[in-house]
Amino acid sequence: MSIDDTAAAPLTGGAARRGLVKSKTRRSARSERNRFAALMLAPALLGMLIFFVYPLVATLGFSFTRFDLVSSPQWVGLRNYRYFLHEDPLVWPAIRNTLWLTVVMVPSRLLFGLACAGIVTNIKRGSGVLRTLYYLPALAPPVATTVAFVFLFNPATGPVNTILGWVGIDGPLWFNSTTWSKPSLVLLGLWGVGDLMIILMASLLDVPKEQYEAASLDGANGPQRFRYVTLPNISPVLLFAVITGVINMLKYFTEAVVASQVASGRANQGEGTATTLGYPSHSTLTFSQWVYQEGFTNFYLGYASALAVIMFLATIGFIVLLLRRSKSFVEGGRS
Amino acid sequence: MKTLRSTRVAAAGLAAIGLLVTACSGGSTGAEQPVPSGPATGTVEFWHFFADREAKALQSVVDDFQTSHPQIKVVVKSGQDDTKATQAISAGKGPDLDLSYSTDITGKFCSSGAFRDLSGYIARDKVDMAQFPQTVKDYTEFQGKRCAMPLLSDTYGLYYNKTLLAAAGYTEPPKTATELAEMAKKLTKRNADGSIKVAGFVPTVGFYENAPAHSGPVYGAKWLTSEGKSAIGTDPAWKSWLTWQKSLVDWYGADKLAKFTAGAGQEFSADNAFETGKIAMAMDGEYRNAFIKNEHPELKYGTAPFPTADDKTSLYGGGYVTGNIIGISKGAKNPAAAWELLKYLSTDTGALVKLANGVKNVPTTLPALTSPDLESDANFKTFLDIFSNPNSATTPASPNGGAYQVTFQDFVVKWQDGKVPDLDAGLKDVDKQIDSALLLGQAP
Repeated sequence: MSIDDTAAAPLTGGAARRGLVKSKTRRSARSERNRFAALMLAPALLGMLIFFVYPLVATLGFSFTRFDLVSSPQWVGLRNYRYFLHEDPLVWPAIRNTLWLTVVMVPSRLLFGLACAGIVTNIKRGSGVLRTLYYLPALAPPVATTVAFVFLFNPATGPVNTILGWVGIDGPLWFNSTTWSKPSLVLLGLWGVGDLMIILMASLLDVPKEQYEAASLDGANGPQRFRYVTLPNISPVLLFAVITGVINMLKYFTEAVVASQVASGRANQGEGTATTLGYPSHSTLTFSQWVYQEGFTNFYLGYASALAVIMFLATIGFIVLLLRRSKSFVEGGRS
Repeated sequence: MKTLRSTRVAAAGLAAIGLLVTACSGGSTGAEQPVPSGPATGTVEFWHFFADREAKALQSVVDDFQTSHPQIKVVVKSGQDDTKATQAISAGKGPDLDLSYSTDITGKFCSSGAFRDLSGYIARDKVDMAQFPQTVKDYTEFQGKRCAMPLLSDTYGLYYNKTLLAAAGYTEPPKTATELAEMAKKLTKRNADGSIKVAGFVPTVGFYENAPAHSGPVYGAKWLTSEGKSAIGTDPAWKSWLTWQKSLVDWYGADKLAKFTAGAGQEFSADNAFETGKIAMAMDGEYRNAFIKNEHPELKYGTAPFPTADDKTSLYGGGYVTGNIIGISKGAKNPAAAWELLKYLSTDTGALVKLANGVKNVPTTLPALTSPDLESDANFKTFLDIFSNPNSATTPASPNGGAYQVTFQDFVVKWQDGKVPDLDAGLKDVDKQIDSALLLGQAP
C-alpha cells in the first residue's frame, strides 16, 4: 500500500470520529475568525461603499444625464462625451496645462526634494535649522502660501523683481504672463517641497552605512555610490513619490485658482472664479478647475460628471503605466 | 452571440445606473407649488451673500421687519453664494428665502425651479409691478416666468480724477469713445524706461470692472437673438467696440499694460489704482463711492455716464445695470412668511431707502429712487440717473447663467493679446461655442 493509498483509505471507529470532531472544531474556529475579521473590517468597508463606491457609480450614472442639481436628471446617452470630444473649447487647453504641470512639476519637485534631503542628511552643522526652513512653507495652508508667493513675485511691486533689477535683470511678468505663469506655479511647488523632502530624508537615512563603506573599499566615487547604493535602496520611495505626485498634479486645483485670482487683481470679490479662471488667458486652467467650473458655476453637473469619469480613467491609466514601467527599476534596485 | 450578450449586459448595467442615479438624486420635476393661504407666521430662514458693513445694513432692515411683524421670526445666514444655495436647495435643506448677487443666475434658478414662481403671490397681494423700471423687471424673470424680485441694483459709469484731468487741461469728462481714447493718451504718464506711471484709462478687459457686459449698452450691442442664440458675431456693434479697445491696448503696449495692472493693487482694497491716483479714468459701479469715502476721502473725483460709441451718441446717459435678486426656494418650509419678508424687502420704500443708504447701492423701485430720504451727492446721483435712463440695459437671462458672457470675455482676452488673426472668423466661432454650450443645458 502506498502512502497515498493509506491517506485515501477510509477512517473507521474512534479515529474517524476524532478526525471529524477535529475538523468541525477547525471549521468552527475558522468561521469564527472570519466573522471577527468581517466585523472588524465592516466600518472600513461601509465607509468605502458610502464614500467611494456609491459616488463613483453615481458619477458614472450622472455622466449620461443632463443634470443641473435642482431638477431631476434626464438621460442624454453619450451627449456629454460627444461635447467633450468635439465642442468644448476649454477642455483641451485644460488637459494640455494639466499634462504640462505633471510632466514638469513631478520630476522637478522630486529632484529638488532629493537634493534638499541630501543636503540636510549630509551636512554636519545646522541641519536642524535647514530642515525647519525647508519644511516651513509646507506647514502653512496652501491658500496662504500661494497668496504670499504671488505677492513676492508681483512684477511691479514684488521683492523678487526688485532684487533682479539690482543686478540688471528685467524680471518677467511671472503669474501675469502666459509664458511664465506655469513655471511660476512650478516654483511655488518647489518652495513647498518640504513634505516630499521629509519622506526622502527618511529613506536616505535608512540606507545601510555598511553598503557605502563596502562601495568605498571597492573604489566607488560619489556619483557611483549614489547610482549603485543610494538609488537602489530608495527606489521604492521614489516610485511612491512619483505616483502620489502624478495623482496630485492630475487633480491640481487650489494653488492655480488662488494664484489666478490674486494675480488678476480681483481677489476678495466673492463672486466666484468665472472671470479669473485660468488667468492669464487660461494658461493656468487645469482639468479639475474646469470640472468644478462646469459643475458648480455653470451647473452642468451631468457634463462635469463625464469629465470626472474621464479624469478617473486617465489617473488609473497613468498609475498602471507607471507601475508597469517602473517594475524593473524597483526590482532591479532591490536585487 | 457573445458580443450581443455583452452588449445587453452593458446596456442593462447602464440602465440600472440610470435608474439608481435618478432615484437617488435630489432633483425633482419642478411642479409648481400652490400659493399658501392663511396668516404668515413662524420662522423664516433667510440666506444672503453680504458680509461685514453691508451685512450689518441688511440686518438692520431685517430687524425693522421683525418689529413690524412680531409673528414672524427671521433667522439670517450671511456670506452664502449661489453654489452653496443651489446645493442646499437640491438636498432639500435650502433656505426659505435666498438673496443672490447675480442677475446671471435668474435664468438658471427660474428654469430649474430652484426659485418658486411668484406670480400667484404678486396677483394675490396686488403688488404694483409698474413701480420697477423695465430693465429691473427684465433681469428678474426668465421666459415670462417671474421667479425673483429685485433688491438693490448696481449701475456702471465713468469715474474720473478731477486733479489729473485739470492738470492736463480738461474740465469735462469724455462723452464718446474717441474722446476717451484721446484723453487717456494725454493723461498717461510714463517712466524713463517706457513703463506706465499713470494710466489715463486702462482698456484691458478682465482688469477690475472692464468687461464686455459693462461696455455693451453704450455701444448698443446685443448678446442673444430672440431665439436665444448668440448674436455676438452678427452684431457690428461688438466689432466696433473690439476694434476701439484693441487700438488703445496697442497704443499702450499689451506687455506694459500687463506690468502696470499687475502692480495696480487689488480692486477691492485701499490699494485700488483709481483710488490711489494711478489711473485717471475708470469704469466702475456706484458702490465705489462708498469705498472712496471710507478709504481715500481726500480723492477729488467726479462721475459721469460711460462714453458711447462715436456713432451712437444718442445712447449717452445709459449704462449697464445689474443687481441682486431675491426668491423663495423650492423646498421652502415656510413660503407664506418668506413671501412677507421678500415683499417687505423688495417693495417697502422705507426699507429700500434705508438699505440703499447703508450699502450705497441704487434702490430698485421708482418711489425709493425719488424719496427725499435717499442720501445722494452729485457723484452718486450720476448712477441714479443712469439707472433711470431708458438707454440703460442689462445682460439677458440664460439657462446656463452667465456662461455666454464668460465665453465672449475669454475671446476678448485672446483678441487683446493679439492671438486672433481674423476677427470675423473668431466672432463666428464664439457664436458656435455659445450655441453648443446652450444646447448642452437643454432637455434632450
